[in-house]
Amino acid sequence: MIRAIALVLGLTASAQAAAWGVTDLFQALAKERPGRATFQERKFMALLDRPLESTGELSFTPPDKMEKRTISPRAERVVVDSERVTLERGGKRYTLGLRENPAVAVLVESIRATLAGDLAAVTRSYSVGLDGTPERWRLTIRPLDPTGAQIVERIDIEGTHAVVRGVEIRQADGDRSVMTITPVAR
Amino acid sequence: MRARRLALVAWLAALAFCLWQLSQARFVADLSMFLPDAPTEEQRLLVDQLRDGALTRMMFIGLEGSQADPATRAAVSRGMRKRLEASGEFVSVANGEGGGYERERDLLLARRYLLSPHVTPERFTVEGLRSAVAETVDLLASPAGMLVKSLVTRDPTGEMLAVIEALRPEGAPPVSEGVWTSRDGQRALLIARTRARGSDTDAQAQAVAAVERAKAEAVDQVVRSGKAGYAVRLYLTGPAVFAVKSRALVKHDIERLAIASLVLVAGILLAAYRSPLALALGLVPVACGALAGVAAVSLGFDGVHGITLGFGTALIGEAIDYSIYLFVQSERRDVGGPEWVAGFWPTIRLGLYTSIAGFSALLLSGLPGLAQLGLYSITGLVAAALVTRWVLPGLLPQRMELHDLTGFGERLMRAVVVLSRRRWVVPVAAAASALVVVAVHARLWDHDLASLNPISTHDREIDLKLRADLGAADARVVVAVRARDADTALAAAEDVAGRLDALVERRLLGGYDTPSRFLPSLKAQRARQESLPSTAELRERLAQALAQSPLRAERLGPFLEDVERARTQPPLTRKALAGTALESALDGLLFADSGGRWTAIVGLRPAEGSRVDVNAVRAALAGSGALVIDLKAEADRLYGGYFDRALAMSAVGLAVIVALLAFALRSPARVARVLAPVVAAVLAVAAFHALTGTRLTLLHLVGLLLVVAIGSNYALFFDRLAQAGATAARTLASLTLANATTVASFGVLAVSEIPVLRAIGSTVALGTVAVLLFSAVLARPGGTIAAGTR
Repeated sequence: MIRAIALVLGLTASAQAAAWGVTDLFQALAKERPGRATFQERKFMALLDRPLESTGELSFTPPDKMEKRTISPRAERVVVDSERVTLERGGKRYTLGLRENPAVAVLVESIRATLAGDLAAVTRSYSVGLDGTPERWRLTIRPLDPTGAQIVERIDIEGTHAVVRGVEIRQADGDRSVMTITPVAR
Repeated sequence: MRARRLALVAWLAALAFCLWQLSQARFVADLSMFLPDAPTEEQRLLVDQLRDGALTRMMFIGLEGSQADPATRAAVSRGMRKRLEASGEFVSVANGEGGGYERERDLLLARRYLLSPHVTPERFTVEGLRSAVAETVDLLASPAGMLVKSLVTRDPTGEMLAVIEALRPEGAPPVSEGVWTSRDGQRALLIARTRARGSDTDAQAQAVAAVERAKAEAVDQVVRSGKAGYAVRLYLTGPAVFAVKSRALVKHDIERLAIASLVLVAGILLAAYRSPLALALGLVPVACGALAGVAAVSLGFDGVHGITLGFGTALIGEAIDYSIYLFVQSERRDVGGPEWVAGFWPTIRLGLYTSIAGFSALLLSGLPGLAQLGLYSITGLVAAALVTRWVLPGLLPQRMELHDLTGFGERLMRAVVVLSRRRWVVPVAAAASALVVVAVHARLWDHDLASLNPISTHDREIDLKLRADLGAADARVVVAVRARDADTALAAAEDVAGRLDALVERRLLGGYDTPSRFLPSLKAQRARQESLPSTAELRERLAQALAQSPLRAERLGPFLEDVERARTQPPLTRKALAGTALESALDGLLFADSGGRWTAIVGLRPAEGSRVDVNAVRAALAGSGALVIDLKAEADRLYGGYFDRALAMSAVGLAVIVALLAFALRSPARVARVLAPVVAAVLAVAAFHALTGTRLTLLHLVGLLLVVAIGSNYALFFDRLAQAGATAARTLASLTLANATTVASFGVLAVSEIPVLRAIGSTVALGTVAVLLFSAVLARPGGTIAAGTR
């Protein structure tokens, strides 16, 4: 019985996978309402002997507001609101515009547009590949623009249905960061 | 006859001299002439700051448009910056693009150990290195780490970041679409600093024109590139912009007023004389007076002020009186003949003396602007009177067809008789006015320098808004240190900065701008170099400090090299900064005066939501030798001092007038009779202003002096009215006519857009009418009426 159910489920899953694509994923993402999550991030850098770990909280308010609050190793808050990135650290506040900072923009835009489910915005500047099933998918994004490609090689976003579970950023110089995301129950 | 010919020759010679002098004259219109001359060194520094300081070179630019979207405004902002930089009129133009100091990156990187405020011996101990590097490693974990990663092996202690941080303009506006934008997102913002000095209004006018042109061209370009033709509104403010605006205002206003008052006065005289020839001849003394006045001012002062000219047009109304007296009072058969000279000239001369006494108060007030008015008036009146007495009679044709005003005078006489039955009106009016003046005496005078400002409150509000948007330093309070050379001034500024840090920590101060941030003193640079350990020492300390760090000491070879280079590099000088944004930032904050002494200015920024606490700053800087200058309070105090002096001078002038009258009239009763209507009128005008909510400024005082000067003439003639008989009707007609011209010419000033002229105009027009009326009421025409109407 259980096997039969598993079989049916498995079958349905693969049947779904056949029909399921980037468009469906982005449609599901677009329906997602504002969400909060905790994160744990590890950065691997050629410069350093061991990875740097940081933890904190994330939130996303469609269509274009993202916030990353780092709790350890040092308190920091980064807010992206439409065109503007604000970083607060050590009692100081820095603001920069995405337009003047393409290196920042290439990172921000890809993830933000994906969270917002804005496929058109993503495909405008990036090539997009999708693997897996709705239950366990992996989206691979690569900048089309050569300047962007000089900084970021690719970004892998993993998730289950409309929930993002992880983001891995691989920089052109070989450094990479791996972020694990755990949604906070609403 | 010989005397007349002599007078004619002297007149022509004087006329030629005046015309030549006029051709040499320079005309100015900025209002700094009405700023006091500064007697002490501190006050001189203050006035220099107000006229020429770094702050006066700032232009604040806002781009707004209800229909223009942020992207359009940003495109215009970028286009304007490019054009303004290319125009050559500006030392720097900033709109938030690039965040600043991009072009200086290499210079800053090479000199970071001389510039970074963090470089101390402690920073390079094992413990200091450990915590500095740990901080950098933590930063690598942050999204911001991407921006510093490439520098870590050269600069693991983060000095470059510290330098940029120190240079970063605090309170800079947010960036949207790549350019500075107001917090409400409605305006794109730019700051430009002009190459020209703030007091060079001609050059500033060019800079203003350059901004307007750049805006128009930038908008054009945006429209051509396919965006719709949005209307982008330009807001441009700043001290120099206001100077340019007020000059244009003064010029425009004075041209208008001069024409209006000339037309009015000519119209009145034509109606009275019914002879164009008489009108033309009557204007001769006025023209000569104006000419002599301008010539005297251009001889005695650096430049003739537009306000003086505007005031001069009003004085037409006073100088014309002389020819009116001549024409109307003289016997028809012999205009200006012996009869008139004997009967009327002494009275006119006495009136002239009292006027001179009154205007001397202005001449001695100490304010260049007022002294000009005084000199102009005295010279002008004397010249007009002399021409009337000696030259004009010789110019008249044998038989002059003048409309006889005797009939008009007789009708006036009957009115005077009616009026004089109500003598009680004058003391009652005077007493009521005196009561009002006493009641409001604390608020009677306005000691605020801003009351002379011709810039509208609307424009000043826009200025405040733009300043707040741009986080510009509070222009009110500055700290100045003076020294024999630039480096000593910088060292003193560093001392001030150290003391101010304590205030910033306690949040009594938001921050400060010191020139030592852009160019540390040699002493500070040397101390920083001496904090750096030798390569061997540094290597050893790093090994200890980074034993547990993910960043291994062996990777930091470039750091060792850079530190070693910094230990021996020559100090940073102003020369090394030539052509950089640092130099232009330094430009307004560190400068030498004509005497070769150097001044460093430290600008203060208030803590969020408050004003700079001057007393706290004073306390913190006590004993440092720095001057804390509250620009507005100092300027007001200075102005107040002159105000008091001008008031005292006016009192002296009044005393001299009384003495003159006593000497000429030789009867206390007659002196009292002459003064009574004048004093009553002055009180009434002061009361009128008080009741209509106008606080009196220095210029109202000038107006009151004029009322005394002109009014005493009237009163003297009324005094004569009581003495002599036959010509009384014509005298009264001449006075009425003289008053009509005065009221017309000063009344025109009362509608001026310039507060200075408006104050004088309304005061004189009202005051002279009041004197005439009061004189009439107090007149004793009893016996003379019979003589006049017989």
